[in-house]
Amino acid sequence: MILLIILLPLIGFALNGIMGNKLPKSIVGIIGSGAVLGSFILTCILFNQVANTGAIEYSLFQWISIGNMQIEFSFLVDQLSVWMMTIITGIGFLIHVYSIGYMHDDEGFSRFFAYLNLFIFSMLLLVMGSNYLILFIGWEGVGLCSYLLIGFWYKNVAYGHAARKAFIMNRIGDLGLLLGIFLMFDTFGTIQYKEVFEFASSGSYSTERLTLITLLLFVGAMGKSAQIPLYTWLPDAMAGPTPVSALIHAATMVTAGIYLIVRSKVLYTLSPTTLDVVLYVGLATSLFAAFIGLRQNDIKKVLAYSTVSQLGLMFVALGVGAYSSGMFHVTTHAFFKALLFLGAGSVIHAMSGEQDIRKMGGLKGTLKITHITFLIGTLAIIGFPLFSGFFSKDEILAKVFEHSPILWAVALFSSFITGVYMLRMYFVTFWGSFRGTEDQKHHLHESPISMTFPLMVLAVLSLVGGIINLPHLMGHSVSEKLHHWLSQIKDVAVEHHAALSVDMELMLMGIAIVMVLCTLVACYIIYNKKENLPVEDYKQNSLASFIGNKFYVDELYHRIFVRPTEIASNLFYKIIDVSIIDGIVNGIGNIAVNVSKVIRFIQNGNIEFYFLAMVLAIVVILSRFIF
Amino acid sequence: MQLLLIPGITQEHYLWLSAILFSIGVTGVLIRRNAIILLMCIELMLNAVNLLFAAFSTYLSDSNGQIFVFFIMVVAAAEAAVGLAILILTYRNSRTTEVTYWDKLKW
Repeated sequence: MILLIILLPLIGFALNGIMGNKLPKSIVGIIGSGAVLGSFILTCILFNQVANTGAIEYSLFQWISIGNMQIEFSFLVDQLSVWMMTIITGIGFLIHVYSIGYMHDDEGFSRFFAYLNLFIFSMLLLVMGSNYLILFIGWEGVGLCSYLLIGFWYKNVAYGHAARKAFIMNRIGDLGLLLGIFLMFDTFGTIQYKEVFEFASSGSYSTERLTLITLLLFVGAMGKSAQIPLYTWLPDAMAGPTPVSALIHAATMVTAGIYLIVRSKVLYTLSPTTLDVVLYVGLATSLFAAFIGLRQNDIKKVLAYSTVSQLGLMFVALGVGAYSSGMFHVTTHAFFKALLFLGAGSVIHAMSGEQDIRKMGGLKGTLKITHITFLIGTLAIIGFPLFSGFFSKDEILAKVFEHSPILWAVALFSSFITGVYMLRMYFVTFWGSFRGTEDQKHHLHESPISMTFPLMVLAVLSLVGGIINLPHLMGHSVSEKLHHWLSQIKDVAVEHHAALSVDMELMLMGIAIVMVLCTLVACYIIYNKKENLPVEDYKQNSLASFIGNKFYVDELYHRIFVRPTEIASNLFYKIIDVSIIDGIVNGIGNIAVNVSKVIRFIQNGNIEFYFLAMVLAIVVILSRFIF
Repeated sequence: MQLLLIPGITQEHYLWLSAILFSIGVTGVLIRRNAIILLMCIELMLNAVNLLFAAFSTYLSDSNGQIFVFFIMVVAAAEAAVGLAILILTYRNSRTTEVTYWDKLKW
């Protein structure tokens, strides 16, 4: 069954990839979504099985066997894996259904579904592997699919560049991950999760070694999960079709970094230095991306920066050792961010491809379902009380408060900014008056059922998603389900759990609630009552344009890394390639040509001459023997 | 085996005869220009070698040499057939059998 879960999307990929062009679109859509639905149902059965009997290991075959290196191609489905699998296949299925409507007029319809299925396959491989090598295969697989899907409309050069940027940024992270795995093998002699964690917790390894390994793994996580300094690819990745942004760049792939760290929990717990690095990188990213999000006017770019910011918040949770809170936020974030992206896709669909929120406005009249679901998503992400995001964010904030109140204030500030830019986007898009062209106004329509159905399902999930891990002050029997679920994993060191007092927790919650409500009211007044629209680029003051240009980080990277590389490449091209290597190659050719020019006259076509030459040569050769 | 030998003719005679035939063949190839004669001279050289093989085979009581003779004869026959066919075709094009005029196949 484990094998079937992972093979179904692969079969879907093969079918759609090989003969998708010849099949009608409806069948392509059914194959693509059906494969993922099959995986999802099987995953649910497996979930039940894991809940009853605990982790399942399944070894397929001995893969690599060199000397003392034994690597099995095997799967490990424990509470963590099956949790991730449920998110991947469940949300994956909804997004497949959505894509049937969204991509309906695209000529690359079957190609799109083939890539999506391949992505689901790789992602499942990533979370199901029982050692770091299989994780790495999945890791590279999702990177590849991400590249293919960002550059899906490959005829647009800018999209192609965005795809390449994502791939290269990810490669930098992957190098870190790969080095981390090498070092791990060097240290422990194995990369099987179970053995590594056993050896590591035996305590006979130096902390420096563990810190180095975990730092290298974190570099991988930084690349995949778009953390400072490798985050710039994610906003550019919005070049891909919107369902891709929802599936890959919000709900699943970008959380692979968090999965990696939660999976390697034992190692991270043993190296506090790395945890601090994770904490501060996460916090910085969270704040930084939130600031940039304030001044973006592309509906998808806002969501992209908010994703970066939320991922930062998840790393903050991991950094303070609250792994299950991090996973909780991964889950709720998958719900509401997928919802927001799909909602944005629905808006873009209705606006005939327009993505600039300054040209929208007043959409709540026409796009009723999209508007309500989008509102739920927005309320969830800003942490409005009783929505899913409220519980997960609040839990992280509480855990950070235990660690340090100052960091708590920073994180709270970051989530305040999140509230501001999300509400700004929401009000500017859906309230006020319509600011697009007459054509667009005429064209405005609600999306088809295949698109609104996933929106509604995700809206419900965003609304009630919080129940999976209610704060523990709500009573032991109903609270912290996810935490208990994840703490069943045996090889995981026990989490430090110094719970705050109930009063303290209530107070923190109260502060958060007050803040959210104030933000809501303020934004309503600023962006709706006053019709305070974002101004054109050139009218902005200098600070705003500094933020609007994303703090010039892209330009900085261009100066520091891209230009020198280009200059060096040019230098090598002109000196080493053209003059030295080409010189040698052409020189050899020229020698042959010039020599032939002279000696071709020997071949004068006269048969007698050839005979004479032959006889003379024979005489010479024979005379060597005789004399 | 001894009965087959002609009295008064030693191995040395065969060697000389073979050498003379071969030299005539070589000389012919070098000085004549008629393609038919050239082919005949080549045959002459081949047969000189054949004679040598047969002679040695008899004197050394080793049948390997005679086997070679047959091989060479087969090859010579094939060569003559192909060579004459080429010759005829070439003749049709150039109306001559003089090899001197066949010098178009150069650089």
